[in-house]
Amino acid sequence: MKSYLLNDFIVERIEDRCIDCGACIQQCSFGVFSRDKDGKIKIQEEKCVGCLRCVIFCPTKALIVRPNPTTYRPNSYWTREVIQDIKKQAETGGVILTGCGNDKPFKVYFDHILLNASQVTNPSIDPLREPMELRVFLGRKPDRLEIEFNGADDVEIKTELHPNLVAETPILFAGMSYGAISYNAFKALAMAAAEFGTYFNTGEGGFPKELREKYGKHAIVQCASGRFGVDPEYLNCAAAIEIKIGQGAKPGIGGHLPGEKVTEKISETRMIPEGTDALSPAPQHDIYSIEDLSTLIYALKEATNYEKPVAVKIAAVHNVAAIASGMVRAGADIIVIDGFRGGTGASPKIIRDHVGIPIELAIAAVDRRLRQEGIRNKCSIIASGGIRCSADVVKAIALGADAVYIGTAALIAMGCTMCQRCHTGKCSWGICTQDPNLVKRLNPKEAAKRLVNLLRGWSLEIKEMLGGMGINAIESLRGNRDQLRGVGLEEWELEVLGIKGAGE
Amino acid sequence: MGRRTPEKDIQACALFGVMNKLGKRFGCEMVVTALKNMKVRGNGLGAGYAVYGLYPKFRDCYALHVMFQDGNIEAKRAVDRFLNENFDVVDDEEIPTNPEANVVDPPLLWRYFVIPQKKGKDKVLSDDDYVVSKVMYINTKIDDAYVFSSGKNMGVFKGVGYPEDIAEFYMLDQYKGYIWLGHSRFPTNTPGWWGGAHPFSILDWAVVHNGELSSYGTNRRYLEMFGYYCTLYTDTEVIAYAIDLLMRKQKLPIEVVSKIFAPPLWHIIDHMDEKRKKFYTTLRMVYGPLLLNGPFTVIVARHGEMFGLTDRIRLRPITAGEVDEYLFISSEEAAIRAVSPELDRAWTPPGGEPIIGRLEADLDEVLPSQ
Amino acid sequence: MRERGIDSYLNGVRKLDALMGYIKFNQRTAEIDASDLKHKELNDLMRYCALKGARKIVLKNVCGQRYIGTRLYFPNDIKLEIEIYGTPGNDLGAFLNGHKIIVHGNAQDGIGNTMNDGEIIVEGRGGDVVAMAMRGGRIFIKESVGYRAAIHMKEYKDKVPVLVIGKTSQDFLGEYMAGGIVIILGIGLKKEKHYAHYIGTGMHGGVIYLRGKVEDYQLGKEVGVVEMDDDDWKILEKHVGDFAKYFGYELDDLLSGKFMKLIPVSKRPYGKIYAY
Repeated sequence: MKSYLLNDFIVERIEDRCIDCGACIQQCSFGVFSRDKDGKIKIQEEKCVGCLRCVIFCPTKALIVRPNPTTYRPNSYWTREVIQDIKKQAETGGVILTGCGNDKPFKVYFDHILLNASQVTNPSIDPLREPMELRVFLGRKPDRLEIEFNGADDVEIKTELHPNLVAETPILFAGMSYGAISYNAFKALAMAAAEFGTYFNTGEGGFPKELREKYGKHAIVQCASGRFGVDPEYLNCAAAIEIKIGQGAKPGIGGHLPGEKVTEKISETRMIPEGTDALSPAPQHDIYSIEDLSTLIYALKEATNYEKPVAVKIAAVHNVAAIASGMVRAGADIIVIDGFRGGTGASPKIIRDHVGIPIELAIAAVDRRLRQEGIRNKCSIIASGGIRCSADVVKAIALGADAVYIGTAALIAMGCTMCQRCHTGKCSWGICTQDPNLVKRLNPKEAAKRLVNLLRGWSLEIKEMLGGMGINAIESLRGNRDQLRGVGLEEWELEVLGIKGAGE
Repeated sequence: MGRRTPEKDIQACALFGVMNKLGKRFGCEMVVTALKNMKVRGNGLGAGYAVYGLYPKFRDCYALHVMFQDGNIEAKRAVDRFLNENFDVVDDEEIPTNPEANVVDPPLLWRYFVIPQKKGKDKVLSDDDYVVSKVMYINTKIDDAYVFSSGKNMGVFKGVGYPEDIAEFYMLDQYKGYIWLGHSRFPTNTPGWWGGAHPFSILDWAVVHNGELSSYGTNRRYLEMFGYYCTLYTDTEVIAYAIDLLMRKQKLPIEVVSKIFAPPLWHIIDHMDEKRKKFYTTLRMVYGPLLLNGPFTVIVARHGEMFGLTDRIRLRPITAGEVDEYLFISSEEAAIRAVSPELDRAWTPPGGEPIIGRLEADLDEVLPSQ
Repeated sequence: MRERGIDSYLNGVRKLDALMGYIKFNQRTAEIDASDLKHKELNDLMRYCALKGARKIVLKNVCGQRYIGTRLYFPNDIKLEIEIYGTPGNDLGAFLNGHKIIVHGNAQDGIGNTMNDGEIIVEGRGGDVVAMAMRGGRIFIKESVGYRAAIHMKEYKDKVPVLVIGKTSQDFLGEYMAGGIVIILGIGLKKEKHYAHYIGTGMHGGVIYLRGKVEDYQLGKEVGVVEMDDDDWKILEKHVGDFAKYFGYELDDLLSGKFMKLIPVSKRPYGKIYAY
């Protein structure tokens, strides 16, 4: 049937800059540019997704891509997006898919929280000259240490300790599966984590065997509902294991990797036949209640000889505090909470945009509940889902997290322009695709360098902010809500966050 | 406790501690002279003292010093009732004071010498834990009443005024002790509350503190998990409870506790030998939330021990002095010299290293019972 | 109490006339008994004596009085010698403008704070932030100093400040140094080992001559170790020579022993961490 949809973007060429080199035809993976029978470059705007690859790579900056100025009559309720979505569903009868994270204008609590700086009564500390420590330990900690004291320098520790991850910065790479992202992008994350001294998460797509020896020490491997590639060697080569119950972009539903993206390599890594759809079920089918979670946690600990911390990842939903409390009591060493801004390679748009709660409120609620129950020490909390800058990291830690995961930000560092078309597998930046011609566009070494630069820049900024607050070790920021103030927030929001309003 | 905690008091001050390591008791002149010497560090809006060994007649009773705001008689009656229900009150009286002294609006001040009378579920508690829970009850539940000293054979005397005026007000020249702590305050909040002065005390711990904890929010929340509720919105409270938790409950020695409060930097730990590296790494990993960040100097005392400690990058000063059997700890060396111009030794340890004074004799032998 | 809580420094300060009993004049020397004098009172008296023609002031029974020497800025070039018996308080010689101060005893924090010219000689130990932002003159400390000595010391052309420390210092020696000379001699150290960390962190000018042993990881990342040359030895002979004279050491003993020369390796150590 004839499509009634408007183009999302228009593409314009500045004619006197164009040198007709054909780079745009080369670079666009969505087929927007082609040569017609006269050899002139033809533009098919309806195919443009706004990934900006052509704009960046045009040698003479001759291209402009912008949202289609053609609009429906302005309507704050029946918006362009709503109208287009209805028409699309009328044409296809299907579930509208999308990639990336929630893009709707819900209140961003990070932007309503401000940080403190020390003056007069407390010196701010200069991070360039005085030591500023960002090292974090993630895992279970005992309530107290039993020691044998034989003198100030001769102390034996009698308490048995649980395994902990040691990260040189409180920023880790979030789980993005090989399959959702390309091999090169996956490898770049591994390389950057190893170089910087932090961790990356394999996501639920398994861990390619040839990367295990070098990068296993920096890997958190996922045991997700599809159990892809989960064999004992996979579990034991890693630094930690994460049980994925849910994620912020699609709480409560499973995942879907279309058969087209299941290449030979993916087939080998995930241990499923080539060309089949990789379906992750919605729940983990051996976890229907909290005691089942405890069973799985201990199964994993047994399988790895109690040498690795076991994390559990959930999406931030309405009763996240109670769920988190249950998870800790079930034996989880680390809790990962993914807020509703979390990204994904493919999700139904309606779920992505309407399910879940903001990570800021979730962290504050979980941290408070665990402290009230006296069990905050028994686990570390990692905040995830829309961490955009180093200030978000600092605010998340002050609200109660031990560390953060970055997913979207890492991809943007590698080249992603948030066109939200990851599910098509045609990522022109070589990040979310399995097409070998596109994958080779992303050089793992160079991408790793960009990631290391990002971690470095953010870590330096975090040190500056900590120094400003008069703190020289990250453990003194964790849960320190007194360093935060809210602006433009209502009473209940301040109450949930546990912070005062600015001026109070 | 929600977000509505009142504004935290800032602690800018002068500290002094003196201990006779043989347990010989002495009067208040040394500590008062030292604090007078450091007068410009305070601003007359708070001062206080802690004395150890001053109640030989009641040495086996817990000496509760209680202040009643605005002389609130109802509060006093409530406290009297509460104490009579939960303790054997051996003696009680108004704390003797000098009304001519130049202090601001003193509250009603009373002292009770009590012995725990545990009933029912409380019988499983140790005497110390029992007293702590009853003190917490009075401080949180009975309005206008505040127990500011609760140890055996020791007492805290504090209020709003210059150190020499507070000493005159409480007539400290009538007491003798083998450890004296003194503090002079420079608060930046409006004064008026006598409870805000230092020393802060729980059981026989007394803490005087100079500085501000930027990690206060983190430390406070960790302690709440162990049943310590900070009701006084001062950093010093957090330090006192942390010391009670680590030293009394978990029985860690001060050499380890000082490394929890002021741990060495990772840069230095990474260069240590394996055994020490493992110890310090584990300590930081487990007790991270009790790292005291921000500038501080504290002097802490309990029966038999006095120690001083500064933060890990020494943003606040401390000096120790020794002559004969006396140990002095002070914010400035000149204050020690004002008391004892000749010293065998004067030194300042690096940040995070404690100055430790321990009684060189058995406490019971040394303290008289009359 | 209206005055309470405000300015305890000025509280109860007596006028000059009431303090005349504390001074004894003998030609060009004045002696002041500082017992029970407040900080401002002592400094008021010292200025009075200088204006009355004293060129040497002897202070007895000093105990914690601050800013000794700071009040003595005169537009003409009067230079005084001040001898202190006792323990001077914080900020001894702060903003000192060319006088000579000798302390027979220990001193506290802030010695020579932003000092412009002159000499301070301490026959004992110093506290924290000695020679902070010092811009000229010389300071000699017989024993050790605390944290952050010579922090942000600076120099300009031939106006070069000098700090000589007899034994050792604690962490952050020479932090953020932009110029000047620090000499630390390690006298009396066990196995000649210094224990300071973060030596020269943020250093971008000046030089530290260190006698004794330090490990690489004790030095700030901006610091490089280089070989001594003849000019360096001349500098040491001069200032260590005066140190030896003031405190009764043999210069040859002090100059033997291994010296390390620490200098900054870049003028713009932080160029690469900012993104424009």
